Amino acid sequence: MNSSVFFGLATIAYIFAMILYISYLAFRKSTVGIVATTLTIAGFVSQTFAILLRWAEFKEIGGMGWLRAVPLTNLYESLIFFVWCLILAYLIIEFKYRNRSFGAFITPVAALALAFIDISGMSKNIQPLVPALQSNWLLAHVMMSFISYALFAVSFSTGLMYLIVRSEERTEGSYIFWTVTLGIFVVVLAAMGLDYLTFKMAVKSQEEFIKGYLFRATFRNESAAISLVSVAVSAAFIFLVWRYGGILKKIISSFNISADTLDDLTYKSIAIGFPIFTLGGLIFGAIWADQAWGKYWTWDPKETWSLITWFFYAFYLHSRLMRGWKGRKVAAVAVLGFVAVIFTYLGVNLLLSGLHSYGSQ
Amino acid sequence: MTEEKKKSLFDRIWDVFASVKLAIIIFALIAMTSVVGTVIEQQAEPEKNIQVLVKMFGVSHDTAHSILGVLDSLGFTNMYHSWWFLAFLLLFAANLIICSLERLPRIWKLVQEKIRPVPAPYLEKMSIKHAFAIPGKASGLKDTVAAALRSGGFKPAEAAEAAAVQLYAEKGNYSRLGVYITHLSILIILAGAIIGIFFGFNAFLNLPEGETTSVAYKDRGIEVPLGFEMRCDNFEVEFYPNSEMPKAYKSWLTVLKNGQEVMKKAIVVNDPLTYQGITFYQSSYGMVPNSAGRGVLILRAVSKEGKSEQLNLKFGTTFTIPGTTVTGTIRDFSPALSFDQGGNPFTYSDQMTNPAIYVEFADKGTRSFSGWILKRFPRTWDLPDGNRVEFLDYWGVQYTGMQVRKDPGVVIVYLGCIIMAVGLYMTFFMSHRRVWVSLTEEKGSVKVLIGASANRNRASLERKIEKMVSVISAGHKGGK
Ligand code: HEM
Repeated sequence: MNSSVFFGLATIAYIFAMILYISYLAFRKSTVGIVATTLTIAGFVSQTFAILLRWAEFKEIGGMGWLRAVPLTNLYESLIFFVWCLILAYLIIEFKYRNRSFGAFITPVAALALAFIDISGMSKNIQPLVPALQSNWLLAHVMMSFISYALFAVSFSTGLMYLIVRSEERTEGSYIFWTVTLGIFVVVLAAMGLDYLTFKMAVKSQEEFIKGYLFRATFRNESAAISLVSVAVSAAFIFLVWRYGGILKKIISSFNISADTLDDLTYKSIAIGFPIFTLGGLIFGAIWADQAWGKYWTWDPKETWSLITWFFYAFYLHSRLMRGWKGRKVAAVAVLGFVAVIFTYLGVNLLLSGLHSYGSQ
Repeated sequence: MTEEKKKSLFDRIWDVFASVKLAIIIFALIAMTSVVGTVIEQQAEPEKNIQVLVKMFGVSHDTAHSILGVLDSLGFTNMYHSWWFLAFLLLFAANLIICSLERLPRIWKLVQEKIRPVPAPYLEKMSIKHAFAIPGKASGLKDTVAAALRSGGFKPAEAAEAAAVQLYAEKGNYSRLGVYITHLSILIILAGAIIGIFFGFNAFLNLPEGETTSVAYKDRGIEVPLGFEMRCDNFEVEFYPNSEMPKAYKSWLTVLKNGQEVMKKAIVVNDPLTYQGITFYQSSYGMVPNSAGRGVLILRAVSKEGKSEQLNLKFGTTFTIPGTTVTGTIRDFSPALSFDQGGNPFTYSDQMTNPAIYVEFADKGTRSFSGWILKRFPRTWDLPDGNRVEFLDYWGVQYTGMQVRKDPGVVIVYLGCIIMAVGLYMTFFMSHRRVWVSLTEEKGSVKVLIGASANRNRASLERKIEKMVSVISAGHKGGK
């Protein structure tokens, strides 16, 4: 059996679970909710199995020990692992808080991440490890980084929900902040989807796609008219989110989750994610760099962005201690923190590598 | 207002540095300027960054040039070493030190204070509380309660008053220092980094196979004495089977002191050699210029009958396959052999990525056949006449490129990392938990009043207390 079969099954399960969770929100039928949970668990089991299979395949191909053959060496594998952590975190929350409503927010992120893998056409081949990656620190470093990214993703969702629930007026800063953030998020994903549909045939590698085709179907189109229209449509969409954001607020308010619970969840996921990120992402990364290159810190873009992310979450932890910062301001910091996470994870390799030659090494 | 005015300048500066607000501002400053530093490539050729600016902002080449000029004069092209970035780090450290100094004495006093019994009415107001009555005597129940507390990890103390007994305990008292340990660790890491800058060096060393050196080289070719000698015995690139993908870069090194061999180690990426505080990291490799014809070819000739002999040969020499009359002459060498579509050989790289030799064979003096023998392709080792020539190595033409580093600060940085892990664990995964159980006798039954508090993760203490309550009630029933 091939691991990709089980990855495929997991993707399909998550996509259906996403649809079911959203309909559960809309119709509140408990059977729908139970089926959604069952599907998510099935997808999770299948994905776990697929990761283990791939691990074994990798071990076979690379001809090395289990510790070295962690399937976490390229973007494809790391995204898969990220989704796995996210679903695990979600399932824990669902069972602990006995509340399914978050599913409608988490499963789309999982489904979109898996869809992004296909959209970007990134390489799914198992590649043997280049010498720099043959380190026992790799396992701890990458795994812990991704566990913390998943926790930060949870804090992003709950932080955003907190802002949605707590904002009253359309003219309020926090209302504008969440509608614009959510709007941009959706617009970027949609634009990437269009790129995929338009250029699917032409693209050979993920890197080529990002460097050459990112937003080419829309904002960066050769025809000025199309790029203008794209900007206009995006602006209109963000306006619509702003105008009708109240609907989303009604839906979330109907969950029976208090704003305090959301705030607490945001803090808790960061309070667990932050130490894990510090140890796994920064410290283990530094030790690995020290062993591989003889420098524990070189201020290269990836390291620097990890540090920026770290400062963002330190900012979050300290801003809760400031007078007058409780609540919405702090939630906004948590939301922005995840933007830094995404950039550390994807942006540095995909965008800055288009400017420098960093990613190709 | 008047209070404010009376403060001296020193006090006012102190107050600024003692505030978390300044910390937040510094976080933002460091984060935002670092972003710029990741977009503008550091210590790079100006042209590279001009291209980056042109791509990013769509400005003309000339405009980009002047923008870069401005950025350059502000220090953004070597930002992490600029005076203002160092100033941010200094502010950061000062803020951290003063902030901690300001708060630590108070926290220390709090931590030193032992838990004390509290009057029952206070317990009613605690965030976690339980009240229930159990028939029996307080003295009999006391042991059950103490056992329940002990099984929950608490070591209860006891206070007795008229008709009441109170058991109380606390846990994780010192976890409140976790934040300060975390902050201290940051200072330790910064100190380690500074020590590294002042007392260490970063150098490189390109060492050809077979050569010995007693110095490494810093930027601009400045020599750094090692204090011992380093010899490269051999360098080799291993490849994954049937692939162009390198599996390992490996250098066999020998350390010599006063002509004596004191250490031998094969280093690969991720596994360096350290001697007397100086560490050698595998980082690159290459061909020694103009050396192609001057190395030593290491072959093993094996006859049909299985007689074999290892040969160390110079380019152009002739050898005999042991026990036969067959001779071979090495006519050509390519560090990276490939064949074009017409089947003609060509060299595709000046690195030793696919070394090959061209050998002409003769039997009793008459030319029999000739062909390429490739190091990485053992099928080319079998000769048409059943004999075999194995191409083992071409020695003395490659150099190994090593990063050479001495950094006495690294241990301190690592120590700081460990302390940080401990501090963060104490801060986020431990909590200061206190619990009081008051037992009051009332008309043949005992009124049990439990109050508890935790500075963090209250829910888990709540569950624990609930479990204790059920153990106390059940244990008591069992004891009747
Ligand atoms: C300018 C530097 C900094 C200053 C002045 C500062 C100051 C403070 C202060 C006053 C507290 C509150 C302590 C208390 O509750 O008694 C605190 C909490 C904390 N600080 Fe810092 N800090 C700084 C940098 C950092 C950094 C870089 C980190 C990163 C690891 C950090 C991690 C923490 C943590 C984890 C807490 C506990 C937060 C919580 O309980 O939610 N601090 N800091």
